Amino acid sequence: MDILTAVIIVAVIGLVLGLGLAVASIVFAVPKDEKAEAIRECLPGANCGACGFSGCDGYAAALAKGETENTALCSPGGNAVSKEIAGLLGVEAGEVMPEAAVVLCMGHNGNAKLKYEYQGVESCRMASQLYGGPKECVYGCLGLGDCVKACPYEAIHICDGVARINPVQCRACKMCVNTCPKGLIEMMPLHRITAAVLCKNHDKGAITRKECTSGCIGCMKCVKACEYDAVKVENFVAHVDYQKCIGCGECHKVCPVGVIDLVDMKKV
Amino acid sequence: MIKVFLAILLTGILTDNYILSKFLGICPFLGVSKKVNTAVGMSAAVIFVMVLATAVTYPINTLLVKNDMEYLQTIVFILVIAALVQLVEIILKKYMVALYNSLGIYLPLITTNCAVLGVVLLNVENGYTFGESIVSSLGAGVGFMVAMIMFAGVRERLEGADIPKSLQGLPITLVSASLVSMSFLGFTGLVDGIFG
Repeated sequence: MDILTAVIIVAVIGLVLGLGLAVASIVFAVPKDEKAEAIRECLPGANCGACGFSGCDGYAAALAKGETENTALCSPGGNAVSKEIAGLLGVEAGEVMPEAAVVLCMGHNGNAKLKYEYQGVESCRMASQLYGGPKECVYGCLGLGDCVKACPYEAIHICDGVARINPVQCRACKMCVNTCPKGLIEMMPLHRITAAVLCKNHDKGAITRKECTSGCIGCMKCVKACEYDAVKVENFVAHVDYQKCIGCGECHKVCPVGVIDLVDMKKV
Repeated sequence: MIKVFLAILLTGILTDNYILSKFLGICPFLGVSKKVNTAVGMSAAVIFVMVLATAVTYPINTLLVKNDMEYLQTIVFILVIAALVQLVEIILKKYMVALYNSLGIYLPLITTNCAVLGVVLLNVENGYTFGESIVSSLGAGVGFMVAMIMFAGVRERLEGADIPKSLQGLPITLVSASLVSMSFLGFTGLVDGIFG
């Protein structure tokens, strides 16, 4: 008899609470945007913010509300996601420029000279606040791995004191671009060969030479060698316009410090 | 009357702190204490749920006692707390979307937060009246908040510390949690001393 009463009491309490919750969920129901939910399902869900919205939910909501019609903002998702979203919304799919991030520095342990020995917190941001970091060159990669921690796809590794990005694993979310305190990471087009100046040293040539054996000295040889007007020297450092570059390799051949690399993204 | 209330309140906050002396509710204590902001949000939600749960379970407990069914307390209280948290979640989602988003997964976690159940059960065990129960759960909630905020402060400083690799992450968190907990031993006998 006791057991029966106990069962009844718990059952009744459970029933009352369940009914109460059911009523509450109807009374306080929040209208759901089904379109946004469907779009959200297509997105990769890394919440990287490459689209410029507050994560995948934000982008899905903006698309559903018509705040943006650009379906090509999700670079990790690429063209496949763009097409899927376009299909859901009934608009034309935008073309996603396939890109991968590249670290513009060659100052690894053998090339770049050190100013002091850094023993602080393992963080580029921290190290760069102490006289611009332990390397003589204040523009170079510190190799303490802030970008490694920021990368949600484990595409970045520190090789010999400089960060290197594996273009196969890179999904172009641009998390590392914003993290690097030296602003060394740039996006480069995929599926073709492009020349890239792997240096950002703005010092004059003579000073650069003293800091790092593979630093751009701004000698202008590459500018003269380029037939496509793709290389420019500004503030004593050369830079390649990736849109104009066809990957002929002339600048690579003439560079006296070997800092212009032909980045082969064809196989990716 | 006020003296009793104050004694219960201070006991909950300092001497018998639910996290640091009774070791209840360790899960959110370790999970949500990375930043002071989220710690405050979580604690506020816990205070709210604790007081509400006490208010609801008190009459239910009287009902149980009348039927000689005290052994049902644990299961019924879990049921009630779970339903309450669900209700709070539904209401928050409707009227306070920002708070709902920032609490995220931690709101459902309160359902299984043993501190909430502990407060409710201990109120019954101590034979508190309705008013005393409410004050006690308020004290427990504020104590939870104090512990969370203190520990979040400790952890924010740990972020910048150079920790040996084998201790990084959870190990150092547990070590520092035990140190913080030890500091609360200093409050032993405080309430008895004041209200004695």
